[in-house]
This record gives sequence, structure tokens and C-alpha cells, in this order.
Amino acid sequence: MEEKKKKRMAIIASKGTLDMAYPPLILASTAVAMDVEVGIFFTLYGVDIVNKKKYRSLQVAPIANPAMPSPIPFPNILGILPGMTAMASMMMKNMIKKINWPSIPELMDVCLESGVKMIACTPTLEMTGVSKSDLLEGVEVAGAAEFLDFALDANINLFV
Amino acid sequence: MDKSEANVFLDAKGLSCPMPVLKTKKALDSMQHGQILFVEATDKGAKADISAMLKRTGHELLEAGEKDNVFTFFIKKV
Repeated sequence: MEEKKKKRMAIIASKGTLDMAYPPLILASTAVAMDVEVGIFFTLYGVDIVNKKKYRSLQVAPIANPAMPSPIPFPNILGILPGMTAMASMMMKNMIKKINWPSIPELMDVCLESGVKMIACTPTLEMTGVSKSDLLEGVEVAGAAEFLDFALDANINLFV
Repeated sequence: MDKSEANVFLDAKGLSCPMPVLKTKKALDSMQHGQILFVEATDKGAKADISAMLKRTGHELLEAGEKDNVFTFFIKKV
């Protein structure tokens, strides 16, 4: 019996903040559970999500983010003060814990174990001086054509 | 259906999206064909989410219910 061709999802992850690391990994892990083939292309700041040295300590940017919840009324511009990024990141991590959400490393493990194709963009690596050995085990490196080749046959294409 | 009819029991209460779906799929993957999985979840989207995952993976939802804000599912592994 011929197996039905799998549905496919391609995601570009271009941001390296804690909040923006979640959507690609949540969607990827869920799609795999729905028998969808998934590829995530990490580019620009998104490469931090697959950087061994950085993916455990991604942070939230409090400035220019008026939607950031705050325990006290707080002008957004104060986000420039020293320590505000660390504070916002800690708050976000507490919120994540409260709803029993997995951490980024935990979600990343689920994605890698379940066969999500992970690709880091080569020009970004060159630009930022990150080498392949800095990336998590299982992450490949490639450029735009490889992404397009995968994405052209995808049912869902997302840019995060 | 009664809980005693299930072969595998999954407690996904207190977990948020997407964890109930991921854990349900993981449990199904580890089961034998024809076995029945019983899932409990409290995530508000669990009913829609687990149903959507089952629709895509072909496993059979035998019965879905809700009691005291807990969603319950009886699923047959196909």
C-alpha cells in the first residue's frame, strides 16, 4: 500500500527573544504530533534559539513592547533602565511556569527527538561568528535555496 | 464508556496547549493497535485541539465528555 504523502510546514524563525522563540517550537512540535513534516529555518537573531550557549538564556525585550504585562503601571520608556530586560525575562519565565508550559530547551528536545528538520542560515552564522559546533546537535546549516526547496512543497509557510 | 475499559490512562490536567496534544500523541504512539486510551485534560482548548490532532492522525475518538471543567476522551488507536 502506498503511504499518503505527508503534509508539510515550513517556518522561518527570525527573532531571538524568549517570547518569540515559542511560536515556532510550539507549532513545530504540535505539527509533528499531527503527522506533519516540519522544517524550521533559523535566520538572523533566530539562530540564538539553536545556539547551545544561548538557547537556555533567551530574554524578553521590555522596551518597544507596550503589551508586556507589568505588575505596576509603568511607562514603556523605562524599559531602557539597567536591569529591566532581566526583570522582564524573569517575569515572563514565572508566567510560563505558572501555566506549566515547557521551557525552550524542553520544547527543543521534543522537536529534535521527533525529527523536526532544523536549519541555521549560513550568512547569519558568518556574520555573527557562530560556527556549526556552537549549534545544537542535529541542526544543519544551509542557505536560502535549501529553504525555498523545502518551502515550495509545503502546505503551510510561516515567517516568525 | 467507563475508565475501566481503557488500556492506558493519561492525566494531562493542569497542562497548557500544546502539551495535552503532545502527550496524547506520545501515548498513542506507544500503544498497540486497537487499544483504548483515556485522557483527562483541563486546558480550555483541549477538546478542539485533541479532536483536530485525531482527525489528522486517523485515531478514533470514541467518546468525549466534560465534567467539573475536566475534559475527558476515550480514544482508540487505529
